[in-house]
Amino acid sequence: MSATAIRARGIGKRYLLGSGGTSAFRYKTIRDAISEVVYRPFRRFGRPGSPSGGEDFIWALKDMSFEVKHGEVVGIIGRNGSGKSTLLKILSRITEPTEGSVELHGRVASLLEVGTGFHPELTGRENIYLNGAILGMKRREIEDKFDAMVAFAEVERFIDTPVKRFSSGMYLRLAFAVAAHLEHNILLVDEVLAVGDTSFQKKCMNKMQEVGASGRTVFFVSHNMLAVTRLCERILLLDRGRLLADGPSAQVIGEYLRSGTGTHVLREWPDPARAPGNEIARLRCVRVHDEEGNVMPVLDIRKPLGITMEYDVLVPGIVLVPNLHFFNDGGVNLFVAHDCDLAWRKKPRLAGRYASTAWVPGNLFAEGTIFVGAALSTHDPVVVHFYERDVIAFQIVDSPDGDSARGDYGGHMPGVMRPLLKWTTKMS
Amino acid sequence: MNSIKEQNHGSIPGDSLPVTLIAPRRGLVSLGLRELFNYRELLFFLAWKDVKVHYKQAAFGVAWAVLQPLLIMVVFSFVFGRVAMLPSQGIPYPVFTFAALLPWQLFAGALARSSTSLVSNSNLITKVYFPRLVIPIAAAASGLVDFAVSLVVLVGLMFWYGIVPTWSLLALPVFTGMALVSSLAISFWLSALNVRYRDVQYAVPFLIQAWMFLSPVAYTGNLVPKGFWRILYSFNPMAGVIDGFRWALLGAAFPSAGLLVSFVSVTVLAAGGLVYFKSMERSFADVV
Repeated sequence: MSATAIRARGIGKRYLLGSGGTSAFRYKTIRDAISEVVYRPFRRFGRPGSPSGGEDFIWALKDMSFEVKHGEVVGIIGRNGSGKSTLLKILSRITEPTEGSVELHGRVASLLEVGTGFHPELTGRENIYLNGAILGMKRREIEDKFDAMVAFAEVERFIDTPVKRFSSGMYLRLAFAVAAHLEHNILLVDEVLAVGDTSFQKKCMNKMQEVGASGRTVFFVSHNMLAVTRLCERILLLDRGRLLADGPSAQVIGEYLRSGTGTHVLREWPDPARAPGNEIARLRCVRVHDEEGNVMPVLDIRKPLGITMEYDVLVPGIVLVPNLHFFNDGGVNLFVAHDCDLAWRKKPRLAGRYASTAWVPGNLFAEGTIFVGAALSTHDPVVVHFYERDVIAFQIVDSPDGDSARGDYGGHMPGVMRPLLKWTTKMS
Repeated sequence: MNSIKEQNHGSIPGDSLPVTLIAPRRGLVSLGLRELFNYRELLFFLAWKDVKVHYKQAAFGVAWAVLQPLLIMVVFSFVFGRVAMLPSQGIPYPVFTFAALLPWQLFAGALARSSTSLVSNSNLITKVYFPRLVIPIAAAASGLVDFAVSLVVLVGLMFWYGIVPTWSLLALPVFTGMALVSSLAISFWLSALNVRYRDVQYAVPFLIQAWMFLSPVAYTGNLVPKGFWRILYSFNPMAGVIDGFRWALLGAAFPSAGLLVSFVSVTVLAAGGLVYFKSMERSFADVV
């Protein structure tokens, strides 16, 4: 099973700015084209520095090389504009690379959205055939799988109703059902699971896992870290069109956190003169770690985690209160925690190096990226000696085992916190 | 879209899998007609969808396929047959014009649909790969259902007027095909152009209207002065198609020389359109 499924060699995609492509105008009229031809000779004098007749271009993807084996489930992550969608579009042959080449071994199906080509006026049955054909299934295949698809979507009663009368949930279920029954060797999937319907998502996830386990190759683009970490053993991290990292999930997610935010799971200031702070105290190090003290980028939602800050106190005789500020990736301030350790409360300190650790219990944060601000202050009168916002960041990943507040639910969970409550149920 | 080497279809990973090579195309493009053939089922489903959707929620449904040409026939018979007294080669004017409206409506409908088809199917183009030629061809082919219905009406009319077809009727599929290819020849150009310049979709209705008067729908092509003008006129492929329809169905004069000119003209247009379409194809998803 170690045969190559996808081999990409130095692929790049260049978009012209200003003429079609990613231009601000979706299309241009013939008049624009004519006026461009007329004015082009003059423009060259106006903008001497611009290349080839004043047209600028951008490389959405550059020098991308990787190899994927059959049976691998590979996730692609990266911020907006990092080239994820462009890569998927090249692999699915929707758009052509400007340079480089890709070899695909096997039948390829791309699911860039759920229900491509669904028509609201057609019935469920008709849409299954149409959508199946669009996704590259033969008529025989669709006929063979028809009953399984309908059962999977749980829409037996409505199969001859126009899908415009379907609820959005039924619509999505039907659309996913067709995609889930593709028997192609390579599946290219773009974030379809992030869409809408909730109770069906777990089923979709399981189906995706099943597909991966059945020896087929899955290429999965997503912003949803939970989905990526659950489904994929390997992750490609893209950044501004380039392949930044390629490796095991947890490791690459750590790099992902470092890549864009400018923050880390561990920050140190070796040079005291450049360290944040004032003449009284200076911050020297902040890190996030598990119970054993291992610095970790990805942490299990169920496990306690520690944030340790090290700082130098330069002037003796001052009461100091370390405090931590937690934010989610939406910028919401989740909570603030002051050091209330009785050993140091209201006690002036000696000069020297201190390390303060705050333990955050398991089952508190919601899954996602958590940004930490580290501060040291004096409360009477209030003086802030340093406050480094977003000094470190880490990723909380929920558990698929059913023993977190998520339970057995596989879908999107709203809420900024996710405490595990004690539940009691009695039958009266 | 790209050079495809389909070796065979296996389900076990290994050497037996079809290999697809994706690379930027340079120089002359292959037309990928074999790949198009592999996607014939999709072509069928897309055409079938067009037909289905077309008549959903229309109270008269497929009756529109009959009503439209019939009403035009009535108007033409009055205006051109009675008022203008245009000659119709001894054939009753209603049948004379209906036999022309049949291929004309097939052509005009196909042209209108397929010239805008790439833009109206942009959701497919940006989400799934398949040979893009499938889209305009399916849009054109979906007109065949209306055509078949109208053909039944024509048979009724011929029966009513006591016109007995001859063996030349067997040539009808050829002329039907030529009408479709004529519309495709134009819409390969226009649909690809419309992706970049939406002006096309505003120009097409006007084009079709003007084209009808340049085609022998209401009159016979014999009215065009012989010699230079007649040859120029025959460059309109629909001139050959419509005269051919009248010959095949009603026993009108065979448009010998004119047909040849029409045939050459449609072949050149279609071949050029195909090459243009294939060369523009690679940028469709980026521009549409």
